[in-house]
Amino acid sequence: MKELKITPISNGTAIDHIEAGMAMKVARILEIPDAEIRSTVSIAMYVKSKKMGFKDILKIEDRVLKKKEVNKISLISPNASIVIIKDQEVLEKYYVSLPKVIKGIAKCSNPNCITNRGEPVETEFQVTNGKEIRLRCLYCDKNVTDILASIV
Amino acid sequence: MNFKGMHIVSVRDFSREDIEHILDLADTFIPTARGEESSTLMNGKIMATLFFEPSTRTRLSFESAMQRLGGRVLGFADPGGTSAKKGETLADTIRMAAAYSDLIVLRHPQEGAARLASKFSDVPVINAGDGAGQHPTQTLLDLLTIRREAGSIDGKKVALVGDLKYGRTVHSLAYALAMFDTELTFVAPPTLQMPEEMVETVGHMGPKPKLVNSVEEVVADADVIYVTRIQKERFPDPAEYRKVAEVYKITPEVLEDAKKKMIVMHPLPRVKEISPEVDDTEYAAYFKQAFYGVPARMALISLVTGGDQQ
Ligand SMILES: [Zn+2]
Repeated sequence: MKELKITPISNGTAIDHIEAGMAMKVARILEIPDAEIRSTVSIAMYVKSKKMGFKDILKIEDRVLKKKEVNKISLISPNASIVIIKDQEVLEKYYVSLPKVIKGIAKCSNPNCITNRGEPVETEFQVTNGKEIRLRCLYCDKNVTDILASIV
Repeated sequence: MNFKGMHIVSVRDFSREDIEHILDLADTFIPTARGEESSTLMNGKIMATLFFEPSTRTRLSFESAMQRLGGRVLGFADPGGTSAKKGETLADTIRMAAAYSDLIVLRHPQEGAARLASKFSDVPVINAGDGAGQHPTQTLLDLLTIRREAGSIDGKKVALVGDLKYGRTVHSLAYALAMFDTELTFVAPPTLQMPEEMVETVGHMGPKPKLVNSVEEVVADADVIYVTRIQKERFPDPAEYRKVAEVYKITPEVLEDAKKKMIVMHPLPRVKEISPEVDDTEYAAYFKQAFYGVPARMALISLVTGGDQQ
């Protein structure tokens, strides 16, 4: 019998196939921990996976992720899958996908970029996925140096 | 491409055909730029020049271009005393200027400022330099100079010399030259050499650029030597700066083996990169280059306002 790493949830979201070791970062992107949370959050790290070798899993009860949050996750864990659970049933399951352009979810790392000067615009980055994920600012043309640190 | 209403932010927004179209039009404006012919093309039109950092050369060149075309100019030469100083956003300043004018010329110390301005303006925005970012009209006037003074852009061997790492004009110029059939050589000390990303980009577009560190290696072969300013601030050690400045200095002696028709260019102002003795030689194209800024800008002004279709 398969060993159960995390108890199933009745309502909420499971984020599966997170790159091994990245679960805490995914949690941080979702603003966990937060003093206001009154539902269970469970994290499993370095879970054996046929597909990935090892993976992380994050389960959040009573919460459905917004599109922006899913996009943020895709930037640091592009192979993650999202499972939405309602009344113990899987309501929806899908893999995250890297958007071509992201708006407003990351900050430009160029201090001299106009988007860092209190102007009424959302940041925009072109996303490319070669050897690694790259974000190029569509205002100043510079690449973001540390994606995780840039996510807002 | 129909240029009417278009914002001119980066030379990368253009194709080779677009560039040639602009240069062809610039050619026709040369007599007007010299004051030999007069034009009423921009009669009744107003150009706003918003210079959030001073650049007398670029501003005067734009204003001359507009006035030679019969248009009028309003704006400011530096941000002192403007509402920007009082904390107004660039977005709001642009909305205001767009309400008063038919096109906006923007110079700004922050990278990406022109892209931002283009999102808030109902009238065309021409980028006159944003921080260490883009300066497309400089690139266009450089190309116009090469075409007119060296005869063509295609088939030319162009050496870019000096600060290739931080120099904003050389990055867009290298990119634009790579759109044509050119052979590029980057001449710089290792610490100021062209960023790898740029070398790669250019190499994908045409022949692989050569990287060397002395002018002597290129002088006999080059059709164009484009010299940029080496800034003292880039060197922690003043002695090191003096050494580099000396090695990259262009003098008549350095040019001894040059082809007869080779031209020397410089975006100006120069400090010591080119000795004054070169000014009197056939090689010196840098003062003409400054002049070509006027017809190049006339072409852009008339294209984005639709004046060329009259
Ligand atoms: Zn930026």
